[in-house]
Order: sequence, then C-alpha cells, then structure tokens
Amino acid sequence: MTTETNLPAFEGPLCPLPLSHTERIVLGHGSGGRMTHDLIRTLFQAHLGNPYLESGNDFARLPLGIEPHSEGHLILSTDSHVISPLFFPGGDIGRLAVCGTVNDVSMSGAIPLYLTAAFILEEGISIETLEQIVRSMKRAADEAGVLVVAGDTKVVEKGKGDGLFITTTGVGWLPAHHNPRGGEQAHPGDVVLLSGPIGDHGIAVLSARGELGFEAEVESDVAPLNHLIQAVLKAAPHTHVLRDPTRGGLATTLNEIARQSQVGIRIEEATIPVRPAVRAACEMLGLDPLYIANEGKVIAIVPPAEADAALDAMRQHPYGAEATRIGIVEAQPIGRVIMRTTLGTHRVVETLSGELLPRIC
Amino acid sequence: MQVLQEFRNADLVHKLAAEIRRRVTRPWVLMEICGGQTHAILQYGLDQLLPAEIELVHGPGCPVCVTPLDLIDKAIAIASLPNTILCSYGDMLRVPGSQRDLFAVRAAGGRVQVVYSPLDAVRIAQENPDREVVFFAIGFETTAPPNAMSLLQAKALGLRNFSLLVSQVRVPPAMHAILSAPTNRVQGFLLAGHVCTIMGYWEYEPIAAQYGVPMTVTGFEPVDLLQGILKTVAQLEEGRVGVENAYTRAVTRDGNRAAQQIINQVFEPCDRNWRGIGLIPLSGWGLRPEWADFDAEKRFNLGPIRTQESPLCIAGQILQGVKKPHQCPAFATLCTPQAPLGAPMVSAEGACAAYYRYGRGLEQSTRSHSEGKS
Repeated sequence: MTTETNLPAFEGPLCPLPLSHTERIVLGHGSGGRMTHDLIRTLFQAHLGNPYLESGNDFARLPLGIEPHSEGHLILSTDSHVISPLFFPGGDIGRLAVCGTVNDVSMSGAIPLYLTAAFILEEGISIETLEQIVRSMKRAADEAGVLVVAGDTKVVEKGKGDGLFITTTGVGWLPAHHNPRGGEQAHPGDVVLLSGPIGDHGIAVLSARGELGFEAEVESDVAPLNHLIQAVLKAAPHTHVLRDPTRGGLATTLNEIARQSQVGIRIEEATIPVRPAVRAACEMLGLDPLYIANEGKVIAIVPPAEADAALDAMRQHPYGAEATRIGIVEAQPIGRVIMRTTLGTHRVVETLSGELLPRIC
Repeated sequence: MQVLQEFRNADLVHKLAAEIRRRVTRPWVLMEICGGQTHAILQYGLDQLLPAEIELVHGPGCPVCVTPLDLIDKAIAIASLPNTILCSYGDMLRVPGSQRDLFAVRAAGGRVQVVYSPLDAVRIAQENPDREVVFFAIGFETTAPPNAMSLLQAKALGLRNFSLLVSQVRVPPAMHAILSAPTNRVQGFLLAGHVCTIMGYWEYEPIAAQYGVPMTVTGFEPVDLLQGILKTVAQLEEGRVGVENAYTRAVTRDGNRAAQQIINQVFEPCDRNWRGIGLIPLSGWGLRPEWADFDAEKRFNLGPIRTQESPLCIAGQILQGVKKPHQCPAFATLCTPQAPLGAPMVSAEGACAAYYRYGRGLEQSTRSHSEGKS
C-alpha cells in the first residue's frame, strides 16, 4: 500500500470510527485493540505508509539498499521531542521529530535511511491536530528521503502529558571509505564553518510560547540537513567534525568539540551571522544568541585545504546559503573557545550553565 | 537596534580608549556600581582596551546577590506552603538559601512561577482566587516602580490573595557604606544608568562632595561605558569632584518624577540587610503602614528563620569591591554556576558569574596564545 489510499479521510463523512471518537484521542486509542488499529491504519499508515510500515508485524525487515555487500557501519540515533507549543513559526513537533533524528544520523556522514516513531498522546488531543503533525512528518521525511518504517502509539490520561510527545529513532548507512568523524576529530589548523544564522529556532519557539511579551518575526530553521551534509562531504571528504548546534547553541557545541578533541577553538564574533530580529529579541531579554538553540544549522570542521570547497558546497544548498567561516582550531588553550569580539578584544565563550533565564533589570 | 549598534561602533570605542590612555597619568581605581555594567565590560573585553593604570572594581549592584539570606529562606518557606504560588524573577530560583533553593522547592511540588513582570503575578492572582499569590519583590530603584505598581493594581482590582515579599534596596546608602569602610579603595564611580533613569542623579552630588569622589552617570554599551570612564578619569586627573552625566539619552538630573511618585505611594525608606555586607541604615524600601495588608512577611506566620551562609563564600568582599572573584579560593572549583555557593555566582549580574562566564581568572590559559590583542 502506498500513501494513495482508498480509506476515507478522517474528517470525511464516511469515517469508520464511531463519531464520538473521531475528533479527539481517547484512552481507547492506546488500548492496542480495534481503536488503536484503526488509528494506525487511517492516520499513521495513511500518511506515512510504505510496505515496511504496513507489514503488520511488530518489526520492520529492511534492505540496506546502499552498497549492500560492502563494508561499512550502521549509524543509529534516537531523540525524544517534547516541544511546547506543538506548532511554532517555521515548523511543528512532527517536522522537528523527523529532522532532529535525520540530522543526528547525518552528522556521522551517514546517509539516513529509516526512522521509527513512537507517539505518546495525551487523552483529548484533537485528531485533526495529530493528523496535521503526521502530515508534516511525512513532508519532512520525503524531503530527507527517509521512510518511517515502524511506530508505536500510547495514550496517557488527560493531564499526564503535554498534548503529544514523539520519539524517533533513525538508521543510516556509513560506507567504509569514510574517515573517522566526530567531535573528537578536530585538529589544530582546521577551519570552522557554520551553515547560517544562529538562534532562529529558540527565538521562534519563545515567541510562539508568548514568553517574549512581544512577537518576534522569526521562523524556526528546523530542516533536514542530510543533503547539505552529503554535498559538503563530496566537496570536502576529509571533514573532521560535523555537529548541529541544537540545545545550548553554538557556544555550547563548540565547547563540547574543544573538550572532546582537546584543542582550542578561536572564533570571530563579526563573522557569526545573526538575523536582526533574533538579535533584537535577545537584546530585549538579555539573552546571548550564541546560546540559543538551532534545528537546521551545522558546524563543519574541515582541514584548511578543503575549507573553501566545503563553504562553497554549503552556500550552494538552500539551507546553507548564508554559511560563513567563523574560526579556526588551535592546539591551545585546550578545551576552550575564545572569541575575538567586534571590538578586537578577546573573551572566553563558556558552556551554557543551567536554563536560560532572562535578566531582571 | 540600529541605535544600539552605534554605541558598539568599534572606531568610536577605540578613539575613546585612546583618549583615556592619553589622559591617564597615574593609577586610579574606579567602581562600576551595576552588575549589568560588570557583565558588559567583561563581555566586550573593555578592560583589555584600558591602560594598566585604570583598575575597575565591581560594585554591589546585583539585586539577586544582595537579597538577604533570611528573605530567601522566607521565600522558600512560603513557596513550600500549600495553596500558595510564589512568583519570582527567574534568577532568584537558583540562589542558594540556607538549605536549598527555589528550584528544589519546585521539584518537591511547591508552586514557584517565573515571571518577567510583577504585573504577571497580579494576573496569576486574578486567575487563582483560591490561592495566595506572593511576588518576591527584589531589586534596586529600577524594579521599585513596577513592584509598587503591582500593589496599586492589585488594590484597584480588589485582590485579597496577592502580597509582596519585599527586598527592595537603594544605591546611595550602599555607596556611603563602601566609601566609609576602612578597606575602601574606590576613587571614582560609574553610576548605574538605569537606576539614575528613575531617580535622577541629584542625590549623588552630596556623596561625591562628602567623600571627594567624582562620579559619572554611565550607560551599558561599550561607547557608554568608555565615555563614563573617560569623564571620571578626566575629573580625577584635573582634581575636580562632581557628578557628570555620560548617559544623557536616558538620564536627567531629576529622573522620572512619575515613577518616583508611584514608589513613594507604596514604599518608605527602611533599614535593610545586604547579603554579604550586613545592615545598612535606610538602605531599603519597605511597605508603608497603609499597605501592611499586602506584606507577605506579615501575612504568613513563618516562625523563626535560622540562616546559615556557606563559610567558603566571600561574596561580601566581592560586593564591596575589596576582592575580585578569581581571588576566592572556591572560584570555578567548589563554586560554579552549576553548583553556586553564593549569589554572585548565580545572577546574570553577579560578578562571579561574569568572571566565570567570560573566562576571567583563567587568563593564563587563554590570553597567552591570543594573537592580535588590542
């Protein structure tokens, strides 16, 4: 079966579920019985459908597809998504759940292939909302070129969940010819590249939550980065580190890399792109864009000989059009990130500590 | 925001720094009162642009830091009561009390709500008529008008379930305390621009005259801060003593009269304990007698509060500019923002947090390799 289904749409007049339960999730949808089955068939399979998902088994048997007999590694990653609100400018929890895991798998250099998705639904969430989120997952999965091949649905009593939580697990294939790549591979002399402006996701979500006290015209950057990363790796096959600066922002991610690789990282404040609206929101709240979350950016640490090629490759991809070179890796000071400010002074950029709180006066 | 960018203009910053270098003939110790200024100085590395003769010491202008321990313990006690909601600015949640912090109370089931404005707390009181809602009203002159406004609003709405736990402090008495201490080294002050926006700067003129210490009302951007330093240094070098204004776009001599009127409607001067410093006469504001019904300390019978400070924390010396954060043996080892021993390591305006965040006291490992240093 494909997404072309003959089953009636949920909101349609021929909906097979009893009317009273077509609008909202009730505990019965998680019972494992008929209602669960109907929900899976008419909603999850209808939108995310593929032969693996529809096999009817509790497992998915998958061909690796790419170089099936060659040496290489499976790359596996999992991530839970609990964002509030479920919808925000530029995305929603469904897009985030797909992109988050696709990106985590992709940071190894692997080509992501398959996802699983586990849903924890709060009793009372509207099925229309759920369907909107599942459709969004489908769009993101199509864009990334991955299939959702297995899933699970549980329902918790009203008040025991915040609408909907999604856990996704992703599998990718990393062919054997790839160099070891990871946060511990940054070498002195390497160039640090950033795929675009920072802070969009965090500020968009804060704004959607109504916590800014004003509306920031910022859209989340949530996006699948696997195609951009494959383009970077084609141009710069010896790329040492790929990492997405999500929670804790650019500052925290660079600190992680500096510590893992036992190197110093020097960045130039003037080269780090920040959209004016993000900067303005941060000014108002006393936040630093360096610590704000991103969901569609990647830091690439690349040997100097391949840096220009990698930067060009980023810039040719829509998600990397504003990519810049932000710094270099040095032998010292070990485990630290130093920033040259726009005034020419230097300061240490520390890891985020605790939760981000606005200042009080 | 374009406006702000002009006050970060690198050319202007370097011109001002050059002018300061040109004017300085001997060592001077300046104190920036406000913790927001401390953070800006370290964030932009402005001290790296100053001549070696200028030493900046960091003042007590961190409301979270100076809120006395017994009031934090009281806030914790109130938040632990059933049917109450304690509303607070976010920074207060991580400040260590004698036994625990407000985060721990929240984790244990207490209702602690972070708000960005005391008026949000009034709204929460309206929405929860069956609960007591207490706002932890801390801060300097800057937070006094909105905190006072919350009571005016609560009264107008006829709310009987709203009260303030007040820890309101004032800058001028703290300056008296610093200047009259035998350990004082401060020769000039950068006055806190935001405080002066509300209060004006006339009340500093007698202090400057009494102690012979020049002062400059100073803003928070790099250009503002260097202008404040330049004006103070110029006074010192020329042997003049007065209060000058380097933040004219926000501050007048008289300040914001309307805001002052709101403060005076609700608050009156009272003695206050400053955490780490001790009692400073008439250094705070308390509720006027006619607002006693809205005083959380009177509304809740909390019993005796026995406080205990960490014996390792030298916050008092930090807040008075006697010691710098990295001179504390616990700095960045036993005391970090993740596990703070004292309030200055917590607050967005605390000097210890600023030193930690911007890697000061770690210069050995950072600067020796920094090329192109200005």
